[in-house]
Amino acid sequence: MAYEPVLTTFVTEPNSHTLDFYVSRRRGYEGLRKALTLKPNDIIEQVKASGLRGRGGAGFPTGLKWQFVLKDTPKPKYLCCNADESEPGTFKDHVLMERNPHLLIEGCAIACYAIGAKVAYIYIRGEFYHVQQILEAEIEKAYAAGYLGRNILGSGFDCDVYVHRGAGAYEAGEETALIESLEGKRAQPRIKPPFPAVSGLYQCPTAVNNVETLCNVPLIVLHGADWFTALGPEKNGGPKLFCISGHVKRPGVYEASMHTTLRELIDDHAGGMIDDRPLKAIIPGGSSVPLLLPDQLDTPASFDHVQKAGSLLGSAGLIVMNDTVCMVWLAMNLLHFYRHESCGKCTPCREGSDWLYRLLARIEAGEGQPKDLDLLFGVSNNIVGKTLCAFGDAAATPVLTTMKLFRHEYEAHVREGRCTLPAGWRASRPVFAGAH
Amino acid sequence: MEYAPAAFHASTRALPEEGSPFAFTPENQAKFDANVARYPPEQRKSAILYALYLAQGQQGYLTRAAMRHVALQIGCTAAEVEDVVSYYTMFFTKPVGRYVLNVCRTLSCALVGAERVTEALGDALGIKPGETDPTGTFTLIEVECLGACDRAPVVMVNDGWQERLSPEQVSQFLEALRARGEAALSGCHLRREKQAVGSRQSAVGSGQPAVGGD
Repeated sequence: MAYEPVLTTFVTEPNSHTLDFYVSRRRGYEGLRKALTLKPNDIIEQVKASGLRGRGGAGFPTGLKWQFVLKDTPKPKYLCCNADESEPGTFKDHVLMERNPHLLIEGCAIACYAIGAKVAYIYIRGEFYHVQQILEAEIEKAYAAGYLGRNILGSGFDCDVYVHRGAGAYEAGEETALIESLEGKRAQPRIKPPFPAVSGLYQCPTAVNNVETLCNVPLIVLHGADWFTALGPEKNGGPKLFCISGHVKRPGVYEASMHTTLRELIDDHAGGMIDDRPLKAIIPGGSSVPLLLPDQLDTPASFDHVQKAGSLLGSAGLIVMNDTVCMVWLAMNLLHFYRHESCGKCTPCREGSDWLYRLLARIEAGEGQPKDLDLLFGVSNNIVGKTLCAFGDAAATPVLTTMKLFRHEYEAHVREGRCTLPAGWRASRPVFAGAH
Repeated sequence: MEYAPAAFHASTRALPEEGSPFAFTPENQAKFDANVARYPPEQRKSAILYALYLAQGQQGYLTRAAMRHVALQIGCTAAEVEDVVSYYTMFFTKPVGRYVLNVCRTLSCALVGAERVTEALGDALGIKPGETDPTGTFTLIEVECLGACDRAPVVMVNDGWQERLSPEQVSQFLEALRARGEAALSGCHLRREKQAVGSRQSAVGSGQPAVGGD
């Protein structure tokens, strides 16, 4: 059966981001209208029954997250939408907010109603200013049409949605770091527990949900939990956006069910490899997850199947690499990212990511020594599991996965004293040096 | 009395420059007052990033005078403002060129030539990443993933975007920026709707690219 997109319907059509288009072509705000006739708890139950899992990376059940939001308290509750899309290889929320912003706005309103919040903050990364302008203009139209603000659709429910602009910090995508940043501080994670559901924004009960997650909510309310679960494999229901980048002919965002295999995503959706070169490895879920090899591509792209294959679906950012990619360079490129983005709160991550980068740069430059390989392994294992948030594990992953699958490339670099796989698309001069 | 050799104090923490006296323009003051109302009255600090963007927009970069003004507006200390400024990458504490070229250097962009783009930009302008050209027109910065990996290599120019910039197009790109300013940028390709329709529109059913590449 052919898959019909539901999240990205009509996104290539002119004016698909407008309120008129949303209402007339996408049954816009019917989900909200229906939700407001239900009890908040019934919506939570429905989202639980749908099995919707967080689309930001962790895959945690959304209904459960909402249920944990403390209800029996005089404090206000908050919804934070995580639109700080920064995981390398991920660009799906970008499309949703730019071409279907009212789906997110409707999702925010329903989520607020379900958890008893009156205010939602959409935390958008500072680099998405052009997206923010569209989003804010459409929020204004939603207010004018009575879908936000006071006494929404005559139900007595009040809800405000605000966009909050970040200023360039990957770590702000971690839920407690996002809350810290929203409170006007450095984006550094908090010690958990307490989890945001108990003490989040301004020490009030808070739900933090990804953009794509919230975009699924109006569809679940409108079409029902059974419709949603039927779209994908067991426990991996619903539509999913896949971001495909790297050495493919048609990089882009593709909507599919999680029955779709990684091979279908790469060959059918993204048009196969550029110049038909052989595929060497893929990163299936954003830069923080282990590599998969060509013989694993028949794995369905679901949370559970990819995990069984030894990696994670994460944010569904597939980075596809051909045979010209040096795996030491790959690890170095990503560690440059992690050492730059480490928030600096936990020592193992702050210091470890820097030392990993330096070691990798030395090996890539042909100055590595045999003992450096054990050192890489040792430093990585002293980061994993020793930090407040998942960043530490993510930072060590590129090193551990390339060392596990391509150790021979590391050894060849050390043995021959040079990069054994320099590619034409890389810099002609060495780009690495000491810290900067 | 010296209690440690001078080299012991190797910290490189440099205070941002003092700069000329700073206050929001009436227009920016109004914008700030409207923004701060989005947060609970006792949580004015939530508006700090917004206030810093306003200050940076007003004078190009953030000085100590500007940070003190922001602290006054928020009701916090100047140290707290500096704490925030020094954390986020999108705030500048030194003057930058009229166009800040933020070249994405992370994996997906690097796989299709971002390192070469940075080299070509640096060669054309005679500067290294992190520097501003002598005319004060361009600042070259390497940044981490911008979240548009399907349109790599991506360069963010101030708040605008240039997508799929190849090393060969660099000199033409700089000329266009000099001549036409930010209007010369490709923008986000999703906004060029006519192009986004077209070939992709005909695809239906399974395998339909939601937003595919060219």
